[in-house]
Amino acid sequence: MTAAIDIHRLSKSFGSVPALDELEMTVRPGEVAGFLGPNGAGKSTTIRVLLGLLRADSGRVRVLGADPWADAVELHRRIAYVPGDVNLWPGLTGGEAIDLFCRLRGGVDPRRRAALVERFELDPTKKGRTYSKGNRQKVALVAALASDAELLVLDEPTSGLDPLMEAVFQQCVAEAKAEGRTVLLSSHILAEVEKLCDTVTIIRAGRTVQSGTLAELRHLTRTSITVSTERDGASVAGLAGVHDLRERSGALVFDVDDDDLAGVMRHLADLGIRSLVSSPPSLEELFMRHYGDESALTGGGRR
Amino acid sequence: MSTGAVLAAGRSSRAQAGAFVGTSTLTWFTLRLDRVRILVWALVLGALPASFLPALEDLMPTQEDRQLRAELIRSPAAVVMSGPGYGLDDYTYGAMVANEIGLLAMVAAAIMSILLVVRHTRTEEETGRAELVRANVVGPRAGLTAALASAVVANLAVGLLLAAGLTAGGLGAVDSLSFGAGVAAVGLVFAGVAALTAQLSEHARASTGLAMAFLGVSFALRAVGDVTELESGSPLTWLSPLGWAQATRAFVDLRWWPLALCLGLAVLTTALAFLLLGRRDVGAGLVRPRPGRAAGHPLLAGPFALTFRLHRGGLTAWVVAVLLAGLAFGSLTDSVTEALVDNELLARTIVTGDGGDLVDGFLAAMIEYLALAVGAYAVSSVLRLRAEETSGRLEPLLSAPVSRWRWLGAGLAVAVLNCAVLLVMAGVGTGVSSAAATGDGGLVLVSLGASLAFLPAVLLVTGVAVLLLGLAPKALGLAWLVVVYALLVGLLGPLLDLPPAAADLSPFSHVPALPAVELTPAPLVWLTGLALVSLLAGMAGFRRRDVPA
Repeated sequence: MTAAIDIHRLSKSFGSVPALDELEMTVRPGEVAGFLGPNGAGKSTTIRVLLGLLRADSGRVRVLGADPWADAVELHRRIAYVPGDVNLWPGLTGGEAIDLFCRLRGGVDPRRRAALVERFELDPTKKGRTYSKGNRQKVALVAALASDAELLVLDEPTSGLDPLMEAVFQQCVAEAKAEGRTVLLSSHILAEVEKLCDTVTIIRAGRTVQSGTLAELRHLTRTSITVSTERDGASVAGLAGVHDLRERSGALVFDVDDDDLAGVMRHLADLGIRSLVSSPPSLEELFMRHYGDESALTGGGRR
Repeated sequence: MSTGAVLAAGRSSRAQAGAFVGTSTLTWFTLRLDRVRILVWALVLGALPASFLPALEDLMPTQEDRQLRAELIRSPAAVVMSGPGYGLDDYTYGAMVANEIGLLAMVAAAIMSILLVVRHTRTEEETGRAELVRANVVGPRAGLTAALASAVVANLAVGLLLAAGLTAGGLGAVDSLSFGAGVAAVGLVFAGVAALTAQLSEHARASTGLAMAFLGVSFALRAVGDVTELESGSPLTWLSPLGWAQATRAFVDLRWWPLALCLGLAVLTTALAFLLLGRRDVGAGLVRPRPGRAAGHPLLAGPFALTFRLHRGGLTAWVVAVLLAGLAFGSLTDSVTEALVDNELLARTIVTGDGGDLVDGFLAAMIEYLALAVGAYAVSSVLRLRAEETSGRLEPLLSAPVSRWRWLGAGLAVAVLNCAVLLVMAGVGTGVSSAAATGDGGLVLVSLGASLAFLPAVLLVTGVAVLLLGLAPKALGLAWLVVVYALLVGLLGPLLDLPPAAADLSPFSHVPALPAVELTPAPLVWLTGLALVSLLAGMAGFRRRDVPA
């Protein structure tokens, strides 16, 4: 089966500034793929290449089996896109913008459109200039989700939505997946990616640093343990797979490699556990480990 | 701080203390942001009239030459684009500068002021930057005051440079100062007008448009007034700020008091602007936005319909403006015939066209001016296409099954179609009113044909802009140079006796000046050909480049 998205050694630079450096990514049909990276890592640039807006300098890019630059128009009949920063025509209402996008794709089922407008609680009679960021995003989401596109390309689609609307969005993505559509979801909201995505590609400075299924990636992470024991726990330091051991208000805090978790737990049980909190391996930890002290996640803006 | 701001502050005791907090910081910031812009405007505008002086002395060394020029400039076609003609009986270099270049400098200062004030008031609000600024310790009136203060600085710079340049060129210092003051005073009037229009609409584009419309009306009033009555007491001239500034009779019989009218209007508009500013929310206009259609009109289904819809409002305003200008110009045809009777020399020498009827020469000149305006519309249309790209609105369109050819092709089709509509309006307006004035109904068709003959030149201007859009989008602003150059050739070419090669660079100078001369199709054919080549090359470039670039 051909991959929905197949990127091999993709490079792109703007003048002398490199944006993508031999990036790799594969998304299988029917998959919800997370696309992660800090601001400026090249997520939006990659997406623009996938849409044929930017021309790749080198490397192979295939979307639904076709070349996104040469076959843009044919390909776009099968793709729907939500940009990260939705900008609407100031004088057109949200409803008009939705209809325009849908008609460009060859029409829309009015019931589906109406249902989505209602679910996202969008007022389609307001002019583009009067919408907030979140409402502009809803316009683009309704237009994209109302289409029959096989591939949904969503660039940080929830960055302006409130938690209620985020939940609606997550349902919609789940429904799209159930219908067999492929979704590429760029985000830096890790909880969202963990909830929705089957696979994840993490990029940094235009290069792929990690990719695989969530289960595979979790395997690379450590569980963090906070425990207080009856007897002195200093011996924990000598166990295999224990990292970053420290003491906080009388309790021991440390990280454990998942492979060594069983051994560590037996040892703790022998010491007599009074209380124990374990945090599951999270994408966040993985992310933090990749980007370290760059504080990449706290920076504002997109890209 | 502008006089108006001082006035508003003094008058309104209700204004909370601190309404102007932060004004000086914002003013410095505004001047810093615009330092290059203001410098370029001031240098170009300030040096322009003085740079003509040597050429004038070269071309017209004797009093006899100058009198010949004076007779030429009495023709209504020349009066429309120059001034009331003070000192034509003893036409000195100073009188020549004031009469033939003063208006151009005033209009330029007005445009500079409008753009500057709107950029730092309504544009800031529209983009949301004003909110960011206002959230700091900044008084509600500080933003507008800072914008106006910057406009005052820019206009003072222009005025002083003008005065210094002309004095250095050998003209009287006091009269040179009054010339500079006149130009600066017009600039201040339109800074005030822009401050006012910026309060009315939520959109910078509409605010600029309204202020420009005011400028257009001022221009038309004095044009008609001056043609009706040279060295005027025509009431129409006295309704126009441009007329006031020209009424100082600089270099002829100087009087300062008309400038007080300019300052009065500047203060009045500024005070009104501050009054309105105090009564509205940040970001809001005076007209509340109403809800619109919940669903798109069935025809709104492709790039052509979308572009047409986006251009609709602007086109309407342009149609009205061009039609009114055409009607105003055409109505002057009557005065042309009178001038013909009054002035034998004028009857023999015609500004545009070599021989033929004076009315035809006049119509040809008027229609060329209107066609130049349509050329400006063509450039602005291509700039709006670029704005779609830079604002990020183009990406979702091109991510739908819409090819770049189709999007740009539709945009250009709309632009060219609108230009054709405007040329028709220019021809019809001029034709109908000149037919009414002379009783010669045939002038309607003649004017229409003459106007449409400019379509190839307008097409070429569009082509140059599209070439830049496709190949060097960041330099698209250079497309204005074509229009500005054509305008300078059209207005000042006859005055400066330009070498033919320099005049030939303007697409408009190749269009046969119908109806004053015979129709020669060859230039129209090659202009069209060149235009098509540049349009296609630009489109091909656009298809190959990154979006956005």
